[in-house]
Formats: sequence, C-alpha cells, structure tokens
Amino acid sequence: MAKTHVTMKVNGAEVEGLVEPRTLLVHFIRENLQLTGTHIGCETTHCGACTVDLDGMSVKSCTIFAVQAEGASITTIEGVANADGTLSALQEGFRMMHGLQCGFCTPGMILRAQRLLQENPSPTEAEIRMGISGNICRCTGYQNIVKAIQYAAAKINGVQYQEAAE
Amino acid sequence: MIPGSFSYHRPASVADAIKLLSSLGDEARPLAGGHSLIPMMKLRLASPDHLVDLHGIAALKGIHRDGDRVSIGAMTTQHELLASDEIARSLPILHETALLIADPQVRYMGTIGGNVANGDPGNDMPALMMTLGASYRLEGPNGAREVVASEFYQGAYFTALEPGEILTSISIPVPAAGHGYAYEKLKRKIGDYATAAAAVVLTMSGGKVASCAIGLTNVHETPLLATEAARLVVGTSLDPATLKQAAAAAVAIMAPAADARGPVEYRKHVGGIMVTRALTRAAALTK
Repeated sequence: MAKTHVTMKVNGAEVEGLVEPRTLLVHFIRENLQLTGTHIGCETTHCGACTVDLDGMSVKSCTIFAVQAEGASITTIEGVANADGTLSALQEGFRMMHGLQCGFCTPGMILRAQRLLQENPSPTEAEIRMGISGNICRCTGYQNIVKAIQYAAAKINGVQYQEAAE
Repeated sequence: MIPGSFSYHRPASVADAIKLLSSLGDEARPLAGGHSLIPMMKLRLASPDHLVDLHGIAALKGIHRDGDRVSIGAMTTQHELLASDEIARSLPILHETALLIADPQVRYMGTIGGNVANGDPGNDMPALMMTLGASYRLEGPNGAREVVASEFYQGAYFTALEPGEILTSISIPVPAAGHGYAYEKLKRKIGDYATAAAAVVLTMSGGKVASCAIGLTNVHETPLLATEAARLVVGTSLDPATLKQAAAAAVAIMAPAADARGPVEYRKHVGGIMVTRALTRAAALTK
C-alpha cells in the first residue's frame, strides 16, 4: 500500500514521516518519533493509556490514524514539563500525592488531567472522577490520582492544597 | 492490533464524498469519529478497502436553531453537543444522553451522525432521536431526502441508507417549554453499551400526562418506540398501577439478545425498570 507523507507538530516541534494509511497515531508516535512515553494498553479504546492531546482534545491515539492527524498540534507526556525542565504542576502532584504505583497509566492520566484542568480549572472531586473515567488504573484505586489532580489544580490556582479529611 | 490495508480519502465537500463513495462501491466506508469503525477494523471484523474521512467537510459541523427545530450537522461531536448552550436550553435530554455515552476521550471524537447512522442497536442516540421525532437528511448520488428516525432502522446495522448515501444532518423538533425528560441507562461500567435504556419526553397538564413518547435502547435489534406504553400513560397521573402497566407494555415489545450483559429475562426486567424510572423522573421535571 502506498505510503502517505504526514506532517504535524509534536510537543512544539515540526515532525514528518511516511506512513501507511492504516498506521495508528500511537504507532507513529512511538515507532517513527521514538517517543515511547505514550503507552499502548488495551488497544481497544477502553484503557486510556495512549491518551494524547490533539488540537485541544484528549484522544486515544490507538483509535485514530496518523493520516488523520495531518497538520495537527499534539502534546505527549514528553512535552508536559515546564520549559525550564522542572515538573509541571500535574507531574509534581502525581509525585507528591503518590498518584502512581506501576506508572503504566500515568502518561495518559496526566495528559487527560491537563486538558480537564484547562477546561475546568477548579473541578470538584466528582468532576475529576468523571473527567478521568476514560482512563483505567489497576494499582491505585484512583484515590491518590484524584488527590494529585486536586494538588495540581490548587497549585495552578495559587492556593494551598488542603487534603480533605477522610 | 493493526487494521487491514486501505486507501485513505479526505474529500472537502459533501458532493465529493458522495462521488467517492458511489464510485468506490461496497468496499468504501465513510469515516466519522471512527470510534466504532476503527476498533472493528483493528479486530478485523471490518476491512474496508477505502475510507472516506468526513473530517475535512466543514459544512457537516454545527448546531443551529431554526424556528421550532434544532439542526445538527452529522460531524458534530458528542463533546460539542455537551458544550452547546443551545442544546442545554432547547434539548436538555440530548445533553443528558451525550454525557452517558462512552468516556471523555471518545466523546471528543465520536459524532452524533456516526452514532445514529451506524445502526448499532447499542448506540444511545437512535432511540432518543425516535423519541424526539427527529428526521435525518440523507444525501446521495440521486439527491437529498429526509427520513424520519422512526423509519430509518431496519435491523442491526441495516438502515435506510442506500449505497453512496451519507447522513449529513439531523433535524429535531424542540419539545414544548416545560416538558419533562429523562434518559435512564443501565450499564455495567463507564464506556459500556446499555444493558437496557429508556428515553422519555412528556408534558403534563393539570397533574395529568398530556403527551408522552418513550424510546428503548439495546433491547431489540433496532431501537424501539414504545407507543403502547406511551399511550397508556397519557391522561393519567402516573399512579403506581399505570406505571406498572406501561412498563409491562414496554417489556412486551423487547427482544434483547442474551450476552455478557445478562440473559434475556434479566435485560427485559431491567428494561422495564428503566421505563418506570424515566417516566417518574421526567414527570418530576415538568413545569
């Protein structure tokens, strides 16, 4: 099958490649671009491990073809740290609140949470849980992921994070 | 999982999309949000030779109020429906239902046109569209036509769409001010299709139901309108005896498949409960 030339912006850098139309975006990101922080979990659009930000949307990169991302602007986990290399508020939140154990779901969780906080800078706990309902974690039971996102929201909003009484 | 090989086409107009689909024939499929089709392709349950991606057609997007109807372009995403003030104001049941579809990521990509046109009995929008009395605009090589939602679904994945035709927009009459509404969906987990679901739109007058429509999702090979159940509640105050009769009338037309969501008897049983809950909640919302 003839290959198609694609160009897109990934983490601020112009990238290009030759892909078959059937190449999934996640494979283009991991194999052509060698950005392996985006994980492949279920491959059936359920788990959210492959979530990236594409033109302001959280998308599961296993369920979109690379040719569909022609001209798009994409952020992966490799692009979320602050420009000076320090951790973003969300990365810091996941670290401080122990929002990960094995870490496999974390890149997708952070990309999804980043978009969630951009759309809703002060989400309630229920809104956070609904907001990450397309991302599955098999370790944490989600408690500390929710806290990590609350920590980040507080930090971005310039207030002290106060853990809710249990 | 890698899909089979295909050629990718990205037309910029509806006319070009129809031309492509007509000339490429049976082995071409239109690609909307892709969140039903691409997983099917990865599982090799679908292996089209050509995909005609509709994302390049700006005319297929948008939500417009025209008098007493709302028109929605087929490529409008569930996320865009949820973000729309017009939908929240005119068609709150559509907002409620969109929020019960899949998960946030899928809703950024999934489109209302794909949801209604695919003919999957598990999709939520078809029964809702029948409940609301919506009609679909189908455009093909022989021109455009309107088909009401209640006449669109012929079997699982079989619809009124003819070869080369695409569904381009949906037109929904705005329910009366003060109407009550509810979409009750039982599902095992976020992202699942309904074990059973019921849509209700009704109006009340003087404590009695003045008009009512009931739609059912995933309890038959097509979405259903429970017309007899709706007829039974009109003129009543939705007393317990009437609710029971209406649920029984709805259950009587259900013919779900036994699958991982449960055996036939269970799915019919909870289908009746969804009807009862939707009627009760809708009535409480009337003004």
